[in-house]
Amino acid sequence: MFSRSPLSLPTACQGAKRWLIAAVLCSILLSFGQFNRYYLGVAMDVGINIILAVSLNLINGYTGQFSLGHAGFMAVGAYTAAKFSLVFAVAAPEPARPVLFLVALVLGGAVAALSGLAVGIPSLRLKGDYLAIVTLGFGEIIRVIVQNLEAVGAASGLKGIPKYTTLGWTFALASVTVYVVVSLVNSTYGRGFIAVKDDEVAASSMGINPVRYKVTAFVVGAFFAGIAGGLYAHHKQFLAPTGFDFLKSIDIVVMVILGGMGRTASVALAAVVLTLLPEVLRPVSEYRMILYALLIIGLMMARPQGLFAFGRRAVK
Amino acid sequence: MEFLQQLINGLALGSIYALIALGYTMVYGVLRFINFAHSDVLMLGAFSAYYLAPAVARVLPLPSIGGALVVGLLACLICAGLGVLIERLAYRPLRSRPKLTVLITAIGVSLFIEYTGQHRAVFGADTKRFPELMPGTEFHLGSLIVGSNDLVVLVTTLLLLAGLWFIVHRTKVGTAMRAVSHNQQAAALMGVDINRIIAFTFALGSALAAVAGILYALKAPGIDPLMGVQPGLRAFIAAVLGGIGNLPGAALGGLVIGLLETFAGGISGLSNYRDGIAFAILILILLFRPAGLLGKVTVEKV
Repeated sequence: MFSRSPLSLPTACQGAKRWLIAAVLCSILLSFGQFNRYYLGVAMDVGINIILAVSLNLINGYTGQFSLGHAGFMAVGAYTAAKFSLVFAVAAPEPARPVLFLVALVLGGAVAALSGLAVGIPSLRLKGDYLAIVTLGFGEIIRVIVQNLEAVGAASGLKGIPKYTTLGWTFALASVTVYVVVSLVNSTYGRGFIAVKDDEVAASSMGINPVRYKVTAFVVGAFFAGIAGGLYAHHKQFLAPTGFDFLKSIDIVVMVILGGMGRTASVALAAVVLTLLPEVLRPVSEYRMILYALLIIGLMMARPQGLFAFGRRAVK
Repeated sequence: MEFLQQLINGLALGSIYALIALGYTMVYGVLRFINFAHSDVLMLGAFSAYYLAPAVARVLPLPSIGGALVVGLLACLICAGLGVLIERLAYRPLRSRPKLTVLITAIGVSLFIEYTGQHRAVFGADTKRFPELMPGTEFHLGSLIVGSNDLVVLVTTLLLLAGLWFIVHRTKVGTAMRAVSHNQQAAALMGVDINRIIAFTFALGSALAAVAGILYALKAPGIDPLMGVQPGLRAFIAAVLGGIGNLPGAALGGLVIGLLETFAGGISGLSNYRDGIAFAILILILLFRPAGLLGKVTVEKV
């Protein structure tokens, strides 16, 4: 199933690098433009959600694990990066700030990756529903800890985070995420993710260590979720523990499912559509979430392989 | 004394979790997926009672034991019907699909019920005061205070557990349920009507959820469309803790989570971490017993 992605050919992989450079350059150019504040905010939400969905797709889509705790990783990254900025970047001179912002983002990603390692280890023994509940539990534990930690504002939230996130930063990092996930999965090493998803026993009999691949998927996925969290923190300038609850994780899972598990381009497209959908539905905001729920149910009935999963064979 | 008091409170809370967890575990037994909408059936049970109470009060005196029984039974019937309806409309068309598809659909159904309930034309998002269904008193045993509600919870749970045990082990439909959970195809070949048994399982689980919802509402300050989420999550943990698909496991898991929550709440400094502790314990136990406490000991699943 889904064993190849649109960029799976080696030649296409070289193309991917060109695309990456082009995307990053476009992002940098974009950040010089002047935009309406509302559209700008929505566009940054889109970019952040692309990072979240594409990184979760590595865990849920390519490797076949079922993680319900992506918002937890995002929270770890968001709080780490925000705290770092509040302590160091605010006092630093103006020119040093972009560098410090990058450091904050990478630090947030790294701490999130560590927590990904901590969650990946139980996957040594757990499968399916049991793994799903452990990841769900992890997300809830993170939320409860943050809610009680005075250093990050506890239940009243973390305020006054500097606004460093720009459209350029967001889309440059989204491009990097897409590039890393696509290249990883299409590398010789990365074929192992798909092998583990398709058949763990067969994979391990071919010399692939499933545990290693699962933990790697969790660590890499968590790293980018942490980056997305950092961007989110410096975009909204305010963090509340309730923003990282179970529902946020579900939102990201729905993006992955809507796009089509294990299809990076489709998942990114789904992230765009699902971020814009609430904005489009603003006039009927009363019914917005009801429609969202019906969309999930209808989608699972009509197109369980994903709304944007074109061109290849459907789920067995 | 302090310890005994906490024990009683913990047991009462744990019994409610046990009733909810049984619904999760029964559905898992026959269909092998976690029915996320179960916590919302619990909420619908409490709301059924909320709207039924004034109607019943015209015929029977309320609060009274008889009136409460009538309200409870009617709420059970409504929820059993809703459970069957959810299964028929949302889950049956997907029965041959991958489990993940059904799981996501269940999340969708859960969100649908919650958001529809919050719409002002349905229940509204505000918290409503739950009517008093039973005359409440407190019994003082030395320095121990036992609320009549706690006793009602404990007695009801015990009776329902006994009833459930009887249905599953001593009736024809119960035997069929066990057969379906053991091997669906073989059961079908033996002449078991799979659709009917699955519908019955949903009805039974939803009726238990309705009772749990009413009992929970009696102890809670009020009811709202999201009231099922927290107890639902705890009961879900309880079901996995006991070994999902295992009936005694769900009851045991419910009691363990209820007691843990109550005792952790009594320790100052830990009480704020209550929500996290249940999960932390679950993760620890799953590391050592990946199939839950009773997951492997009993082969029989319902």
